[in-house]
Amino acid sequence: MSKIIKNLKQFSTSNDRFEGAHLLCPGCAHSIIVRELLNCTDDNLVIANATGCLEVCTAVYPHTSWDASWIHIGFENAATAATGAEAMYKTLKKKGRLKDPDKPVKFVAFGGDGATYDIGFQFLSGAVERGHDFTYVCLDNEVYANTGGQRSSSTPRGSSTTTTPAGRVSYGNKKYKKDIVAIMAAHGAPYVAQVAPNKWKDMVKKYQKALATEGPVFINAMSACTTEWKFPADQTIDVSDLGTDSLVFPLYEIENGSKLTITYRPKNIVPVRDYLGVQGRFKHLFKKENEHIITQMQKDVDKKWEMLQRREEAGV
Amino acid sequence: MEYKGWDQVEAGAVLPSFEDKNCDIVGQKQEDRNYAQTNSYTASVADWRVFKPVFNKDVCIDCQNCWVFCPDTAIVSRDKAMLGIDYDHCKGCGICAEVCPTNPKSLIMFFENEENDEVLSQWPEKKKKEK
Ligand SMILES: Cc1ncc(C[n+]2csc(CCOP(=O)(O)OP(=O)(O)O)c2C)c(N)n1
Ligand code: SF4
Ligand code: SF4
Ligand code: SF4
Ligand SMILES: [Mg+2]
Repeated sequence: MSKIIKNLKQFSTSNDRFEGAHLLCPGCAHSIIVRELLNCTDDNLVIANATGCLEVCTAVYPHTSWDASWIHIGFENAATAATGAEAMYKTLKKKGRLKDPDKPVKFVAFGGDGATYDIGFQFLSGAVERGHDFTYVCLDNEVYANTGGQRSSSTPRGSSTTTTPAGRVSYGNKKYKKDIVAIMAAHGAPYVAQVAPNKWKDMVKKYQKALATEGPVFINAMSACTTEWKFPADQTIDVSDLGTDSLVFPLYEIENGSKLTITYRPKNIVPVRDYLGVQGRFKHLFKKENEHIITQMQKDVDKKWEMLQRREEAGV
Repeated sequence: MEYKGWDQVEAGAVLPSFEDKNCDIVGQKQEDRNYAQTNSYTASVADWRVFKPVFNKDVCIDCQNCWVFCPDTAIVSRDKAMLGIDYDHCKGCGICAEVCPTNPKSLIMFFENEENDEVLSQWPEKKKKEK
């Protein structure tokens, strides 16, 4: 049975299963995203974690920050580890070899955008195609943060990274961000959604729906990274607010591969440049010769929002 | 407790979170759990801080914004009330003070070496709305 969370006061009575004194940067959004998932359910959890900031910083020998079964696996195969455990669980249950067969267990995989959009993509695609009962959460900070900020296929156009540095001849990353939500929905997964930690209620609702869904679920979580996006540590929630309110990160879900629902409509839509302006990785875009990139980004965001609204209306 | 060197740890090693085979973790508050020394709950990151949040209970409305957005599980809330800051786990990021909605704020950042009692006795007054 799913845990009832009506409001924040009630949510705050959760007994945390993600512990402090991990070594993620002060203000890192990864931990806010993960904490909310562990707090939104009372079920037992089996978690597989791809290499990346989250994995590296929450299991520094001799400490673990996880009060749940947790598997440290390679960069590419968090989906494989989670679904392997799920398959084993099902088999043991069928054979009557579980001590407590009626106790609900959920299988979850966490991976960064590098692990998800690029290096573990084939493994994720396979796991979803096989139809395992699990939830994959991508911690999308749009960069390979743990190894020093190299671009990934999630890095937005115009972002300065260590492998696409902005300078005299370049405005930074020239490629466009991959639309991973659309790609995962195209797999026909029963539930796919985008979330952001600043909208905690929307996030908890989607997490609970994800865990209750039978079959593969994919969730893309915007994860503001103070170190690589270059903003002060106390601004994580403010930057995230600008991300969702400028619609750079629209919040929506897609059921059964097609039924799209927008779950958050900002009262006041803020210009994309306000979101860019608070982050060092986009600083160079405000130079005269690069302003056209901002104009183009705004157009792209508007177009995507229009598309999402039309799809919602048409129910396809 | 004696730790093995990193090069002596066996492949596939398990870092246990608890001392006993307790299965009802979600049913227990942190203070009631039997943490193993390998659980990071027993560790401290207090020396990361340059600034620290100070909590003023008198102005707090128990909205729990600070609790939900703290990345370090360092806001102690029990039975819907905000009780204070766990200074072993707080890294001083300042998010809690930033998201606190009261006027004046119930959480304010101060230099780590300032005395809590002293800053609490000089807490800022309610700010008038800027026109
Ligand atoms: C196969 C493989 N290639 C490279 C690495 C090195 N590596 C470890 S973490 C990491 C970056 C992770 O980036 P991402 O998945 O986006 O997670 P983040 O650190 O940004 O949260 C890399 C390249 C590795 N561990 N394994
Ligand atoms: S580099 Fe970014 S993602 Fe990694 S721990 Fe720091 S803030 Fe978090
Ligand atoms: S300063 Fe940061 S780590 Fe410390 S209690 Fe506030 S939000 Fe948590
Ligand atoms: S955010 Fe401020 S008012 Fe709300 S519970 Fe925390 S300290 Fe109290
Ligand atoms: Mg990343």
